[in-house]
Amino acid sequence: MKRIYILMSAILAVLLVGAVLLPGQRSEINGLITSGEKPAIAVADMHGSGAAEQYMDAFNKALWDDLSDTAQLDLVAKTKYPLVLPQQASDFRPPVMFSDWTRPPVSANYLAFGYTAIQDDQILLFGNFYNLGQPTAQAAQIIANRYYGALSNDGARKVAREFAADILKQLGIASLSGTKIYFVSERTAKALGDAEIWSMDYDGSNQRQLTRYGTSSREPAVSADGKLFAFRTLVRGPAWNIRVHTTDTIRNQPFFNPVSSLIQTPEFTPDGKHILFAETVDAWPQLMMADIDGGGLHRISNVKAIETSPKVNPKTGSDLLFISGRSGHQQLWRMNLDGTDREMLTSGVGDVANPAWSPDGHHIAFCWTRGYEPGNLNIFVMDIADKVPVQLTSNSGRNENPWWAPDGVHLVFSSMRGRVTQIYSMLADGTNVRQLTTQGNNLQPVWAKGIE
Amino acid sequence: MRMNTRTLSAAVFAATLFIAAAGCKKKVAAAPPPPPAPKVEAPPPPPPKPQAPRIDTFVAEPAAVQRGQASTLRWSVANATNMTIDQGVGAVQANGTRQVNPNNSTTYTLTASGAGGMDTRSVTVTVNAPPPPPPPKPQPPKVTISSSEILSREAQEIYFDYDMSDLRADAVRAATANADLLKRIFAQDSRFTVLIEGNCDERGSAEYNLGLGDRRATSLKDFYVMQGLPADRIKTISYGKEKPVCTDANEACYQKNRHDHMAPGQ
Repeated sequence: MKRIYILMSAILAVLLVGAVLLPGQRSEINGLITSGEKPAIAVADMHGSGAAEQYMDAFNKALWDDLSDTAQLDLVAKTKYPLVLPQQASDFRPPVMFSDWTRPPVSANYLAFGYTAIQDDQILLFGNFYNLGQPTAQAAQIIANRYYGALSNDGARKVAREFAADILKQLGIASLSGTKIYFVSERTAKALGDAEIWSMDYDGSNQRQLTRYGTSSREPAVSADGKLFAFRTLVRGPAWNIRVHTTDTIRNQPFFNPVSSLIQTPEFTPDGKHILFAETVDAWPQLMMADIDGGGLHRISNVKAIETSPKVNPKTGSDLLFISGRSGHQQLWRMNLDGTDREMLTSGVGDVANPAWSPDGHHIAFCWTRGYEPGNLNIFVMDIADKVPVQLTSNSGRNENPWWAPDGVHLVFSSMRGRVTQIYSMLADGTNVRQLTTQGNNLQPVWAKGIE
Repeated sequence: MRMNTRTLSAAVFAATLFIAAAGCKKKVAAAPPPPPAPKVEAPPPPPPKPQAPRIDTFVAEPAAVQRGQASTLRWSVANATNMTIDQGVGAVQANGTRQVNPNNSTTYTLTASGAGGMDTRSVTVTVNAPPPPPPPKPQPPKVTISSSEILSREAQEIYFDYDMSDLRADAVRAATANADLLKRIFAQDSRFTVLIEGNCDERGSAEYNLGLGDRRATSLKDFYVMQGLPADRIKTISYGKEKPVCTDANEACYQKNRHDHMAPGQ
């Protein structure tokens, strides 16, 4: 958590200096996340005994990616390492000479090393993680664990991820391991407009269909504890309504819908006790708040404008972001839950959509057409303190629905490139873009913590 | 007469045997000539027989009729003293006609008798059943199906300007025609309801377009209600940009997608 705070403070500092940053100036944001006081880690390529060797390409890549993806470690390039790599603790014989690793060109603070073997038809990793600042091998040893996985590339990747998660945990860095991305997929649609809610792991693996209603189910929202998801659906058509399901067993939870021609954009409050959504009242979609079962309904906006996408601040629980056309174009607004302190956060030009809070409540991600033709949406982030928008995507299709990862440094979003929409992840500075889905159209991702 | 002839024959036979025996043994003397046959009188010719009755003609004209139509029996008989036709016709003259009107196919038998004997002949009048009545005309199809068909055939799409939900001039004309159509359908089908589906082009966000499509549908519904149509038979739904009829990224396609569509309600 401390590292995240440092990172965010650094982003804030640059944003304060940078005023409005345009795509060409994005390198300054890049510098933020990739430089500064970050631990330097050397990750020695590992080998497998006998038949285990065939899975080591997958293993080494997964380990490197998981550590690298956090953007909070300085991974030292492998080309700089000594020629002989250690494989086990006994390779460091007294007197220990860590200097091969601590001196230039490596200049590492930490070293991950080990090897794999096959035992009982499983792949077994002996994983070691050393703090090279210590005088003895015994004192340097932070992790010396065994990890087991299936005898396959997938099993090797799983072992690598568990090892990486342990390393990150020891360094106090949030890991994406175990987090889930909920999203909408049209891949099973039999009729135009049909869609179901799916989930997947943070890297696009383990894609799983959660709803099977054979109609249109969209706009998933997940409770802060990761146990419930809500969505807009035509299950009880022909009017839109909200359904709430458990994430583990996909059980339907009772939710009483008001009678309206349109109910959309459900969202849980951080305490999980209420649901906010937009409901059309007198021909205008307005912001509403209800108990988790739909009772206690009350209206929190009253204006002749389309207002959608209420998102409550995860830290304060008392103010919310929303999208409103009350000034003309759809813009990003913030106000308290009681309707006071209303302010527009964007400049008034173009169309804004899909606001999302960072986990610490300091930053906002959203999409915006600023500077482009209508419909040419791109992902922006903004520090809530200075309200300076920073554009993260450009010249790469139509980009929507950004959502923060629980680690506070990654974003997931959807991008229509050509005529197909897919889900991508990236760092909050716009780098390290990865495509997570390929089958059919996939959109409206929401990144949630996993449930144990 | 017969006794005489037999005695003579026996004598001739005896004499023949005698001569034959003598001839086998030895030559004997020639036998005396047989006695002349007695003279026989010819019997008298039988009396002339009376002539037998004869039916020359017995026909039905025509031989086949439709039920309810008549046929005419016509006959001609010679050498008979009594002529009768069964099936209730009774005694008739030697030559004649009689109209019959059987309900079903009937065989008539003419019997002619007299001193010379009897003759019979039969004729059948075939009665055909009249053709069955034509089947009833098919019922017109059920009214609700017809209403849906009329709606899908005649209702006009209502098109909108970019980011607008009010009815422009061409939309008002189309909506007025639609209102008249709906009045007709509602009048003939008291259970019919209509669903107005609001749609948008792809440029706005999904959430905003859902709201905009909802406003487009509501705007058309309000117009219909102003035209006197019952609000409770008009439902609305927005599909936003989630059910595009066209997926190209150009204004022609965007315009097609910015529309209200009318569908039968559920």
